[in-house]
This record gives sequence, C-alpha cells and structure tokens, in this order.
Amino acid sequence: MGQGSISIRLEAKTPIPLDMEFNCNDGEIFVIVGPSGSGKTTTLRCIAGLYTADTGRIICRGKTWYDSENNINTAIQDRAAGFVYQDYALFPHLTVRENISLPIKEKKISVRNQRTDKYIQLVHLNGLGDRLPHQLSGGQQQRVAVARALARDPDILLLDEPFSSVDQQTRRFLVRELIQLKHQLNIPIIHVTHDLNEARRIADQLCIIQDGTGLQIDAPENVMSRPVSSKVAQLTGHDNIFRGTIISHDQEVLSTSIKWHDKILLAGYSPDFKIDEEVDWVIPPYKILANMETKATNPKENQMTGTITELIQLGEGTIVTIKFDGMIDCLQMNYSTHHIHEHKIKPGNLITVSLIPDGIHMMRHS
Amino acid sequence: MDWKALELSFSLGFYTCLILIPIGIIIARIIAWHQFPGRNILQALLALPLILPPTVLGFYLLSAMGNRTYMGQWYESTFGTPLVFSFQGILIASIIFNIPFAIQPMQRAFESIPQSIREAAWSCGLSRLTTFLRIELPLAWPGILTSIILTFAHTLGEFGVVLMVGGNIQGETRTIAIAIYDRVQAFDNQNAAIMSATLLGISFLAIAIIYIFYDKLGRYHGSR
Repeated sequence: MGQGSISIRLEAKTPIPLDMEFNCNDGEIFVIVGPSGSGKTTTLRCIAGLYTADTGRIICRGKTWYDSENNINTAIQDRAAGFVYQDYALFPHLTVRENISLPIKEKKISVRNQRTDKYIQLVHLNGLGDRLPHQLSGGQQQRVAVARALARDPDILLLDEPFSSVDQQTRRFLVRELIQLKHQLNIPIIHVTHDLNEARRIADQLCIIQDGTGLQIDAPENVMSRPVSSKVAQLTGHDNIFRGTIISHDQEVLSTSIKWHDKILLAGYSPDFKIDEEVDWVIPPYKILANMETKATNPKENQMTGTITELIQLGEGTIVTIKFDGMIDCLQMNYSTHHIHEHKIKPGNLITVSLIPDGIHMMRHS
Repeated sequence: MDWKALELSFSLGFYTCLILIPIGIIIARIIAWHQFPGRNILQALLALPLILPPTVLGFYLLSAMGNRTYMGQWYESTFGTPLVFSFQGILIASIIFNIPFAIQPMQRAFESIPQSIREAAWSCGLSRLTTFLRIELPLAWPGILTSIILTFAHTLGEFGVVLMVGGNIQGETRTIAIAIYDRVQAFDNQNAAIMSATLLGISFLAIAIIYIFYDKLGRYHGSR
C-alpha cells in the first residue's frame, strides 16, 4: 500500500461488494466515477466511518482510522472527515450560521463566531447567515454543506455527488469554486459522481468503479484515452469498442497490425501483445477523419469505405454511424452539423473514413 | 362542577405524560430506526389499546393488579395499600391505555428525520447524545408535543378502564369522566352538562393546538 495523505484499502463481499485501493495527496481531488449502485457512496461511507468494510485499512495523515487486522475502527465522531451529502443533509431547524458553527469544537464564543464568519466568507454566503436552509437556493445550500464540512477543520473532505441537485449553470459555477477551494484547503478531497464530464474537469486522479471494484485509477486524460479494459471503455463513454487479433509488430515503422473482420488496421506499436492474441480495441470518434468523396482505400491510413446508417444531430456536432459491408460492427464518428447540411449528407450515402493509427488503443481481451 | 375530579384528572394526565413520554421517546426511536425480529408484532402489541374495548383492557388490568396476584401482593406489601381502586392503580392503567397515543406520533416524527441528517450530525463530531438533544429532539418536537397533548386529553376522557380498575372513589379515582357518569346516574344533569362542556372545551383546545402548531411548523421548516 502506497503512501498518500490518505491511504485506503477496502474489501467486502456482502451485502455490498468492495475491492478498492487508492491514495490521495493534499490538495488533490480524487474522483470516483461509476454507475448507480457501483459502490461509490459506500466507499465514502467507509472512509467517514458510517460503514465498515470486511477487511482493509484506512490511514489518514498518519492516523489509523480503520485496520481490520488490528481491530482498529475509529468512531465517526473521532475521524476528522468533512462529509458533504448528496442531499446536503443540512439541519433544517438551524440557521446557516448555526449549521456552520455546530461542528466547531472551540468553546469561546468570540472565536467560534470568528471561525464561522471565516467559513461563511470562504463559500461566499455573506449576508445569508440568519436564513434557514429552506430559504436558500440549491447552490447556496450546497455551499452551506461545504462550509459545515470544513468547519470541523477536517483532514479530508468527502463529497458525495454534491452537484447532482443543482441546475447546469450553478453546477458549472460550483465546479469552478471547488477547483479554487482545492488550492486554498490543501487537504485530500474525495469526490463521488456519476457525471463523467464533471469528473474529467475536476479530477487530479480518476477512478472508474463498477460492482465495488476500482477498475482503473489514473489521470483523467489517461483513463479516457487509454482505458485498461473494454469495461472501462464502456464506462468512460467509448462507442467504438471492437475485438480484433494481433497480426504483426513492425519495430522499424513502430506499428502493430490488427485484423478486424476482413480488414487489417495499423495501430501504434504495442509489442506487449502477442501475435494471434485476441484484443479489444477502441478509437475515439475524434480520431476518425471523413472524406466524403469515395476514394480507393489506403491501408496506411486505415482508409475504409462504408454506408451511413444513422445521423444524430447534437447541436454543432452530429454523430455519424457507419456500417461496412459484411461486418456487424458499426463505427461512430463526430462530424460537423454544418458540413452535414452543406454536403446534404443523408443515411444511405457512402463515406470514406481514415482511422488514425495512434488513436487505436488496444486492451487485453476480457 | 366537581373540581376535585377535574384536579384528579389533570393530575392523572400530568403523571401519565411524565412517565409515558420519556419511555415512549425511547421506544418510538427504536421502532422508527431499527429493524429487528418481531418489530411488527411489537408494533401491533403497542397499538392494541386503540381497538381493544376499554372494559376488556380494564378487566385484564384488574386481574393483574388484584391482591391475589403477585404484582398486587408485592405492591401492597411494599407500599401498604392495595393497587386496585387507588390513584397509582389508575395511573398504571392510564399509562398502558395511552401507549399508542404517545408512541405513534413520536414514531412518525422520528421516522420523518432523514438518516442522512443524523449521520451529518455524527460526521460533524456530535456524540449520539448531543445529536439526540440538538438535532433529533428539536426536529421530532412537533410529534412529541402531539403525543403529550393526545395523551393528556385522552387521559381526561378515558372512562371504561379507569372505572374498572379504580372504581369511583372521590379524591382517589373519580376522574372528571367518571364524575359526569356519576352525576347523570344521580339525575344531576346541570353539573353533568357543565363538566361535559368543560371536557369538550379542553378536548377541542387540545386538537386545535396540534393543528395550529403543525401549520406554523410547516411554514417554519418549509421544504424539509
């Protein structure tokens, strides 16, 4: 187990399976992304002390909060973890000021007030201290929840889908605020969400979770462009996930050839895979280029001609689905909606595309 | 107007609330937040006085408290007076027949507090006791107040069980409800009417307080 400001290893079988191991450093946002019921919130609850895994260890800033081997399980009250709940869980009978001052242990009233003011200012709630939670907007409630979590002077901040109850505009604003807050706080922040775009924006480290298992932990750009398995590729929104067979490696031109149905594709040099090994491979839509005039195919550019079967317009971009003769798999690529209209492209038209070799990412077949 | 009976009824209501509400809070919290084998059976048992004829309940209580029973003998040997036909006897009966009136509103009140609110309090570093005092009690307060008012008002109006267990002893077991019956039996309709109107007024006031309080609280807590 490596060392971060917080090191976590959790294992459980039932009722909620868990198999997670990760570290998070000060000033870092570790984002856990996964579908509903994948174990994201359970992981947070384990760290906070609201749920106990079968086995594992949680060490936060040198303090052992949980160690199944040595029967250590620190009570939730004694874990310096600030928790922001999905529904904020503000105390409805207490004002903003009272909500925020409640976790402050300091007994001297003047110091308590000073610290409460500090957190009210930190989350931009000036002038709202005497309001009750139901008199606030969703975004303001979320800020009270963050301020209350910070008022405990925590060693770690745990955020359970804190932006899920606010509108898109507020969400964008709060995401910006969280990134700013990260630099001010300099404590590890563990954030749970099912929104991949949100995760990509804020994460220093991204963890893809499914069925309680952390499938891949890496920098967001690596997780997105280089998923370790087709499962991760699916969970990170890849549409072009296919299966192929390694044909050859060419050390001179640094390329690896894969057979995809009856076609041979060139990919980046990947000697880790054996010849004849079955692999899963993905290509992001932006690594597929289109040429509307049908040309003779060029194997070096992975050029292929197929038929457009579907066009889905999503504002400025259009998702184009292409089917190739004799193949079940369909390829999806992005194309400018403007060009679609300009060239009067319709389903049934032929299209020639190039699959950029360095965009093809291969994974061990699972 | 039998002032002594009214005073006794108030006294009975006060002591019933004093004993039953704290016990009820503990039981209501357990039922509201814990799943355990026999939970539904326990709930059914606690709700039984709602549908049981008062005479049936009175009969069993009388049988249990009589001086031929262990409880009756123990009480008499300890305190020197019999339990049946005494204020203490009707107090025990009152506590038992008020159980559903005390527990159910408080149970609903505790059930309405989201689990995340309690967990948030713990993760703010609050102990279980502080969480109970500063978060749970204020949030469950409308339910607790309802329980107090319902228990008190129901005690004033209970007739059958009190008559079975306590009889009609002035200053000891004659509550206002029994005094009304007593006056009607004696063809003293004027006093019966005054006492009935008093009981009607008190009952109406109790229910009105509950509604007014809930309305105000609803506005206070808003979207909770």
